[in-house]
Amino acid sequence: MTVGQHVLVARILPRLPGARGSVGAVVTRDLMAARRNWIVPLSGFFEPLLYLLSLGIGLGSLIGKIPGPGGHLVGYREFVAPALLASSAMNGGIFESANVFFKMKFGKIYDTMLATPIEPIHIALGEILYALMRGVTYSVGFLGVMLALGLIESPWALLALPAAVLIGFGFGACGTAAATYFRTWQDMEWMTLAVLPMFLFSTTFYPLSTYDGWLQGVVRVTPLYQGVALLRELILGPVGLSAVGHAAYFVAMGAVGLALTGRRIKHLLLT
Amino acid sequence: MALIEAKRLTKRFGDFTAVDGIDVEVSQGEAFGFLGPNGAGKSSTMRMIGCVSPLSEGTLRILDMDAASDGPAIRARLGVVPQEDTLDMELTVRDNMWIYGRYFGIPRSAVKERSERLLDFVQLTDRADSRVEALSGGMKRRLTIARSLISEPEILLLDEPTTGLDPQARHVVWERLFRLKQQGVTLVLTTHYMDEAEQLCDRLVVMDRGRIAAEGSPRALIEAHSTREVVELRFAVDEKVDLGPLQGLAERTEQLPDRVLLYVRDGDSAVAELSRRGIAPQSVLVRRSTLEDVFLHLTGRTLVD
Ligand SMILES: Nc1ncnc2c1ncn2[C@@H]1O[C@H](COP(=O)(O)OP(=O)(O)OP(=O)(O)O)[C@@H](O)[C@H]1O
Ligand SMILES: [Mg+2]
Repeated sequence: MTVGQHVLVARILPRLPGARGSVGAVVTRDLMAARRNWIVPLSGFFEPLLYLLSLGIGLGSLIGKIPGPGGHLVGYREFVAPALLASSAMNGGIFESANVFFKMKFGKIYDTMLATPIEPIHIALGEILYALMRGVTYSVGFLGVMLALGLIESPWALLALPAAVLIGFGFGACGTAAATYFRTWQDMEWMTLAVLPMFLFSTTFYPLSTYDGWLQGVVRVTPLYQGVALLRELILGPVGLSAVGHAAYFVAMGAVGLALTGRRIKHLLLT
Repeated sequence: MALIEAKRLTKRFGDFTAVDGIDVEVSQGEAFGFLGPNGAGKSSTMRMIGCVSPLSEGTLRILDMDAASDGPAIRARLGVVPQEDTLDMELTVRDNMWIYGRYFGIPRSAVKERSERLLDFVQLTDRADSRVEALSGGMKRRLTIARSLISEPEILLLDEPTTGLDPQARHVVWERLFRLKQQGVTLVLTTHYMDEAEQLCDRLVVMDRGRIAAEGSPRALIEAHSTREVVELRFAVDEKVDLGPLQGLAERTEQLPDRVLLYVRDGDSAVAELSRRGIAPQSVLVRRSTLEDVFLHLTGRTLVD
């Protein structure tokens, strides 16, 4: 570690015990509020599942084998399932942003928290953690279904869950950060506008080779493509160094989203 | 030792100055008030003291720490009742208490015990399982106060604690605050009700347009800036009031849109003098001077319009 990193660690570590309590309290609050409306969160889980059943299995029965990540042929539903797992992790992370918007703008939840020892970055961490927890819940459920349907082929698939956590973190952090910029409920539409095309075109339903050269480049930089590629590698094999690159993408996405969320909360509420 | 010590405390929003370099000191166990009309800068000041609003200028020390750098440590020892209730509408009354305690990192068992005790203190025990949404305004205010006490704060910041409450609810709140004061909690409150300031504050500042117009105990302020008694005269609406005949009757005369105020030492003899001069207003009221009169004298404006 460099000197700078040492200083950073020395400054952050002593604060961690307190921070853990604060972040925990933020998450606890969300869990308490969620006890009342647990139906809503389930939609994010069922959506990918329904796609798996209709497109993967239904439509898939009409489609022959197609090339997987390593070029070897896989069945269509095996091909689609990891992508839908990635999008369920994405949904979990992103759906939470609507709640963040509400809590900040109308619920005054963060104003209340900031009157206590809790700091903006604790709120950011807590909210992203909660979004992530929702993403993980979806992912676990979806993985269970995949397992039951025999859609898991590689032992690397053990890593699919931590990878889904990472994907949830990246999307949760950026979704939360985006929510701090919303002014009205209509602004939520922008989120949908970003998510839906991503869901449809990030090689979810067909391989990257379908696109022309430059379009491939565009698709490659989108976050859902990165998630789909990561999970496809882990679940269908073979796993290469590229998996590390995809993982790093989500670490970076999460870190940026986290820092941005903390700064926005500070900027908007500590006036 | 001063628990709160502000020097040249300033708050600007863009090029508008909401708090204009005020000096304030609050000592241990005191009940200190900011009295002022809408827009005087009371809430802006309170938010700076609550360490949720950075100072634009000046210094602010609270509990021997610096508000600019020790915010979380200071907030851990403050109780805050903001002007607008910020209760968690998605939770029940009891859960509001519980989670607020957790925000402070107070151990579970202590939070539990204190919530029950505090809900009892503000007479909300029978509503503990209601959703906050279903509470009346006065109940919400009492819950906000109970919540602010969960951390057993050394200083309690109350921004207009009783605005919007009916007289009975106000008296309940006053009585509770008075008890806290007796227990040694330092109270800092804002209000635009002079009776509230007179009831609760040992010492107060009159704030107007971001500045402090006067400072002292309610009694000292009244003595310094008003007379002992006031005679309020109301005339018929269409009557043109001629102040001429009132000349020399009072130490000071104020003409308001709806009445004329005569500041006198002895109200009854002033009233007698009125009838001797043949002045017959629609109604005459003799009352003691209040902080309202102090404010009127200092700023030339009424407090509640
Ligand atoms: N966030 C803000 N941005 C811009 N101006 C602000 C902001 N907060 C307060 N002000 C302005 O600062 C001035 C003082 O406001 P403040 O809320 O401190 O007054 P107050 O004494 O609490 O009034 P009230 O009795 O109405 O609560 C007002 O003119 C208000 O418009
Ligand atoms: Mg105010």
